[in-house]
Amino acid sequence: MSKASDLPALTIADLQSLLRKKEISPREVIESLRARIEKVEPKIDAYLSIDFDAALKEAEKIDVDLPLGGVPIAVKDIINVKGQPCTCGSKILGNYRSPYDATVVQRLRAAGAIPLGKTNMDEFAMGSSTENSSFKVAHNPWDLSRVPGGSSGGSAAAVAADAAFGALGTDTGGSIRQPAALSGVVGLKPSYGRVSRFGLTAFASSLDQVGPLTKTVRDAAMIMNAMAGHDRHDSTSLPDPVPDYTTNLGRDLKGVRLGIPKEFRVEGLDPQVKSAVNAAIKQLESLGGQIVDVNLPNTDYGITVYYFLATAEASANLARFDGVRYGYRAKDAKSLLDHYGRTRGEGFGQEVKRRIILGTYVLSSGYYDAYYVRAQKVRELIRRDFVKAFEKCDVIVSPTSPEPAFKLGERTADPLAMYLADIFTNTGNLAGICGISVPCGFAKMNGSQLPIGLQILGKALDEARIFQIAHAYEQSTDWHKAKPKI
Amino acid sequence: MAKSTDLDVGYVSKLARLNLSDEETKLFQKQLADVLKYAEKLGEVDVSHVEAAAHAVPMFNVFREDKPCDWFTADDALSNAPHKANQLFIVTKVVE
Repeated sequence: MSKASDLPALTIADLQSLLRKKEISPREVIESLRARIEKVEPKIDAYLSIDFDAALKEAEKIDVDLPLGGVPIAVKDIINVKGQPCTCGSKILGNYRSPYDATVVQRLRAAGAIPLGKTNMDEFAMGSSTENSSFKVAHNPWDLSRVPGGSSGGSAAAVAADAAFGALGTDTGGSIRQPAALSGVVGLKPSYGRVSRFGLTAFASSLDQVGPLTKTVRDAAMIMNAMAGHDRHDSTSLPDPVPDYTTNLGRDLKGVRLGIPKEFRVEGLDPQVKSAVNAAIKQLESLGGQIVDVNLPNTDYGITVYYFLATAEASANLARFDGVRYGYRAKDAKSLLDHYGRTRGEGFGQEVKRRIILGTYVLSSGYYDAYYVRAQKVRELIRRDFVKAFEKCDVIVSPTSPEPAFKLGERTADPLAMYLADIFTNTGNLAGICGISVPCGFAKMNGSQLPIGLQILGKALDEARIFQIAHAYEQSTDWHKAKPKI
Repeated sequence: MAKSTDLDVGYVSKLARLNLSDEETKLFQKQLADVLKYAEKLGEVDVSHVEAAAHAVPMFNVFREDKPCDWFTADDALSNAPHKANQLFIVTKVVE
């Protein structure tokens, strides 16, 4: 290692090996990252808060021989880190400070990681661009006039700009994979129940998962090794044992069956995304993969099912923001109803309000069966589609997002167009399976180079398999080595 | 299937205890009508033989031992309260 200023460009795996050899100290790591953040943060607005002093204090006593010993990890601002703000990107939690650590944070700490910084996001994780943040709009490091994706856009932008070694995000309909694709990093949505949500502010409880955003597949596997597994504080977490996710890395793809769903050939798929993904599939084939055609006939209903179920669950989950125990409270309420109505009306941003209205409507008397229950039934059909498809293949390969990063402001007036950004990702949440996005090329647009992501979906609890395939692909290409000029 | 024109944003906002401005009410009325129109195709699906799925992973009756353990103190729990006194949350008057 030549200079301290080169440190932030390292992967977690490489950083760790330098730390273990004592060539660098955890303090130097934090200081070098701080310099990098101070340089790029004014351009990308990836963070909502950073406490360097707390991180430096932890760096003093860290054991570098632990699996993630001395590695700073950024955390999406919807996951509680004790003593730090947790705004969820919302004015309604503008002054909130976490009185406890989320289980994932506790586990990362136990593995030697240092939580550093809370990342920008769409308010309560509702959005695909990070433009719904109540505080500031994050920018894509590859083209500052474009979105980094969302809702974990701050996490993706920070990792892409070397302003974080790795970050946690959350994925309810694509909120880890889509920003990973648009910002040119790796993002994993674990299977439903694989990672504890205790200490994660709930958006849609039957869909939410916490997962890593990193520079490489190996780094994502290392973070998952530290945080996956059963938690008695989360009744939806699965008791199944957690394998070592790095074991499969480096194994070849001989005989691996790659399912290509014909339903994913949609209108509106950007031609450059299409050709990059087709080239990636050829590459996987040349590595030993075997292409299989599969059907997911109910894919077309995914967006509707997702927006009915996610908003219904959100309308119930966000009822807790009533200005009583925490968060913003409207001044001088004349009655209890005035207190609730104004606290929430003044505290929430527009997209959150829009979704609470839709969710309340689909749960309301007279519409519950027609909308909510019907959506739950179609969800079951979507889940069965995947079960059937996985009888013929080991993983399903598709684009992560139908298009590369769009311009800031381009979609904000049209919520339906924004919702369609999730078209390839949200059926994975509905079915409870796992999925990863890995960089697979660039689109050229008005002089900018914009990253494209390849999505690999795996069976529930088959994370080791999608890590293996994503790693084999990544290592056979140079996409992950490209850096934005920022 | 219900019709996309049935939505009354003003009424639903009262159910949700969520005050909206007149502009927001008008805007959401239009935007959500578009979303509901797009959603009408859900009515095409034959769901007569399907059970509703609340979760992707079937798990029922998850219990743990009911054992007291160290957790928040009253001060921790009150640390973010917008209004507190005497170790209690102070709320808006409920009973006249």
